[in-house]
Amino acid sequence: MTGLLDIFIQPLTYDFMVRGLIAAVLVGVVCAVVGVYVVLRGMAFFGDALAHAVLPGVALGYLVSGSGRENLFWWALGSAVLVALAIGRVSRRAEIKEDTAIGILFAAMFALGIALISTVRSYTVDLSHFLFGDVLGVSTRDLLLTAVFGGVVLLVIVLFYKEFLVLSFDPVLAATLRLPASLLNNLLFVLMALTVSVAMQTVGVALMVAMLVTPAATASLLTRRLWAMMLVSAGIGAFSAVTGLYLSYYFNVVSGSAIVLTATAIFLLVFLFNPRQGMLRGRKD
Amino acid sequence: MKKYTSRITSYTHVHHDPDAPILETQRLTVSYNGRPALEVVTFHLHAGERVAVVGPNGAGKSTLFKVVAGVLPPTSGEVRISGYGPRGHICIAYVPQRTQVDWRFPASVADVVMMGRIGRVGLFRWPRRADWQTVRAALGAVDMLALAGRQIGELSGGQQQRMFLARALAQEAELVLMDEPLNGLDAPSQEAILGVLDGLRQRRITVMVATHDLGQAARYFDRVMLLNRRLIRFGPPAEVLTTENLLAAYGSQGQLIRNADGTTTLTDTCCDGGEE
Repeated sequence: MTGLLDIFIQPLTYDFMVRGLIAAVLVGVVCAVVGVYVVLRGMAFFGDALAHAVLPGVALGYLVSGSGRENLFWWALGSAVLVALAIGRVSRRAEIKEDTAIGILFAAMFALGIALISTVRSYTVDLSHFLFGDVLGVSTRDLLLTAVFGGVVLLVIVLFYKEFLVLSFDPVLAATLRLPASLLNNLLFVLMALTVSVAMQTVGVALMVAMLVTPAATASLLTRRLWAMMLVSAGIGAFSAVTGLYLSYYFNVVSGSAIVLTATAIFLLVFLFNPRQGMLRGRKD
Repeated sequence: MKKYTSRITSYTHVHHDPDAPILETQRLTVSYNGRPALEVVTFHLHAGERVAVVGPNGAGKSTLFKVVAGVLPPTSGEVRISGYGPRGHICIAYVPQRTQVDWRFPASVADVVMMGRIGRVGLFRWPRRADWQTVRAALGAVDMLALAGRQIGELSGGQQQRMFLARALAQEAELVLMDEPLNGLDAPSQEAILGVLDGLRQRRITVMVATHDLGQAARYFDRVMLLNRRLIRFGPPAEVLTTENLLAAYGSQGQLIRNADGTTTLTDTCCDGGEE
């Protein structure tokens, strides 16, 4: 029995592991809650693009401030907000289909980011940190930023719960109730940008979309109410983060991959053995 | 944020002139990329009236509803709600076509009906007990109270429509717009909805229904609006649904059959509910 307990406690003797765990849980929860709207509004591609498009901003910060990590969060945040609002604007124009526009922007930004990072000598190591995250390199200051901005995201989602609910379910109702739809949409984009910035160090840009989509998709199979979907999604996100991090510790796997694979395993289990088959029956396409 | 707050507080200050028609349009014109969808449409509706809007595909029925609901700005002309411009009015309810709704959405029937109230609940507030009572009363009025906790995907077609009518009641709407509400429903479901519409009339709520079914338009509605980009005729069904007018509206799109009893049947070439 003590042996089993040791498996959980032993890694916690390292400070970096404790910080990493807290960061991973925070990120897992924030991503999973925001992810509910990503899933309900069919914005998975948008989320993926947003995560990748942060790279040039981070790379630029990296080049400007040297390898000092402290400022990278702000560079990520700035570029994410900029890109989110830009995509929001581009997608409203009719000349190009939305997903095509996002595809062009996303690939170009990603290429620019890699080009910038590749000018640095040690780029393979640093690039992999950006792409796949480095949760064990989280500093106390990083943790604080994660907690503050993650908290802001969750707070806004709670405050605008009924407005986002209406906007996501029935945009026409939002219009007849005279809700400021474009303001609220932009607010949601900014929340996604904040989430991406917060999650960058933990899961990296390449796997970010899985953190946004997988727990929420799992929750959608298990729940029938929006708030319940958010709670279940958050629980799955947190559980995946903890489990993934322990797997990463013991099997020496990159933490971001381990977290995402755990979330995916839960999704598959629920998808195959869903106790609530009724949910699927009630669905119409 | 500030803009929104001020609008919320302004809800109570939106004027309603009791003597003005609930809905009034003046030379309403809407163009998409230079192509007119509606041209110089002028009409007004009285409180409590039930109006059918008929016309071929692409006649502009959906466009008209969108402009009246305030979703789409008119290219020229204007819409007045109870004598004032559409800004700030939250008294218009739009019942979507069933195919436009994501029925897998994680919401219960009561959740959807409560959505109609959020304009009155206001920003940064949660629905109060009185709001939930309004929701229950609205569900009772459409005979759906027993289904309040169901996920919306579990409803039948008729129940889906009645849920949206309950939402319009919870919204305290004075004008309800419905796009093909009876399409594809069996006779008992249609009757249940028509019964709810009778209840709305008693509350002096005006209802505007887009339909392909000219027989229903003639039977159940006070006035019929015959539309084909322009307003062709608007009046009592017997005056509007004449062979001459229908030919003018439908041209070659429909097939007119003169029945033995002197009435005219029009077979619409349209598919059910496929109109965009």
